[in-house]
Amino acid sequence: MQVPILKQGPYLIASVQAALRDADLIALRNALTEQVGTYRSRGVIVDVTAMDVLDSFACRTLSEIASMIRLRGAQTVIVGIQPEVAFSMVQLGLKLEGVATVLDLEEGLKYMERRTKRMDHGRYGK
Amino acid sequence: MSAARKVTRRPGAEGGTADVFPELVAHVRKNRTRLREEWAHRITEADMLTVMTEEEIATETTSIYDNYVNVLETGDVEAMEAYARNLSERIIPRGVETDEVIGIVLLLRDVLLRSLLEQSQCRLDLLSRMLDAFEPAARRITVTVAAGFVHERERIIRQQQDAIRELSTPVLPVREGLLILPIVGVIDPQRARQLTQQLLRGIRANRAKVVVIDITGVPSINSTVANHLVLTVEAARLLGAAAIVTGLSPEIAQTLVTIGVDLSKMNTVCDLREGIEEADRTLGFRVTRMDDSIDQEKGR
Repeated sequence: MQVPILKQGPYLIASVQAALRDADLIALRNALTEQVGTYRSRGVIVDVTAMDVLDSFACRTLSEIASMIRLRGAQTVIVGIQPEVAFSMVQLGLKLEGVATVLDLEEGLKYMERRTKRMDHGRYGK
Repeated sequence: MSAARKVTRRPGAEGGTADVFPELVAHVRKNRTRLREEWAHRITEADMLTVMTEEEIATETTSIYDNYVNVLETGDVEAMEAYARNLSERIIPRGVETDEVIGIVLLLRDVLLRSLLEQSQCRLDLLSRMLDAFEPAARRITVTVAAGFVHERERIIRQQQDAIRELSTPVLPVREGLLILPIVGVIDPQRARQLTQQLLRGIRANRAKVVVIDITGVPSINSTVANHLVLTVEAARLLGAAAIVTGLSPEIAQTLVTIGVDLSKMNTVCDLREGIEEADRTLGFRVTRMDDSIDQEKGR
């Protein structure tokens, strides 16, 4: 099942609708790294509210997405991890290190605004 | 109590018991003061009930003695049961042990037996009939008192366990985006689990950004629980909330370092106050005293 990627202003929102197979995760990773350049996006929000399990492969892919997007010059934030999922993740030792996570999409957009505003301050001509 | 009634009309006793019983009760009743005093004396001698004063021992022994005689007379242990429960309720909180309670009842049995021995004047047949009558009732009383005491103890333990489970862990919203999780008492793995789940649900329900976990009230911690705490902090981060752990006692700090739990990712500050200040900084709140700000405004 393909993950729809929505363009919302300067951000991309990937909204996961159901459990993902490994191949779907790879496809999501490729699509995001591709489109972040196409749309000159400043940030990527991955919404995993609908996922009731995040296994090691999913976590690794999410970390990879974050690193790749950073190399493409944008920020990544994972939103909507369920309490139960979070707890089973840490029990399995999957900690998504180095990846920003916030509660839900709303918080994710706020986070992005803060981050990109900070980046804007450092730019020329602003 | 039906068993006790049966005791008085045991078929094996062949009618002899029934004759002896009134005599027995009369004897025990007649010598009430002397026997009770002897009993109280022997309790003190055996260093039992040390938490109670002389007068208290006197009152209690009188009540127990009367109850005892009553059971011997009627064979009905119900009143004794009620009294044992009542007594246990009063003395358990004062630290009276099971062996003391059983000990004093056995002492009374001993005192009464000795007096019966004297009474029978070494007439073996009479003594044997008295023993037949006395022994089952005495045994029954001992069992009743001991069981009453133990039941009372267990009831208290159960009650306390329930109380602990109920008051386990409130998750308190303090300010917008700030939760406080005060942990009091010993944490076992089951409780730690429940605690984490409550915290994570609380974070989602209150949309918290910062969580202050206060463990001032935790006397000790082991590696399982410490690791669980680390997991809780990580899980909170996955929900977008930063955790601040406050109130680590020197003992706990030493334990954690000795057992080698990696706390490098945990934000720990010394006490709850510091923790809330740190949380306010993170959330962008500034707390000012009312008078100061009024003074400042006047000054302008």
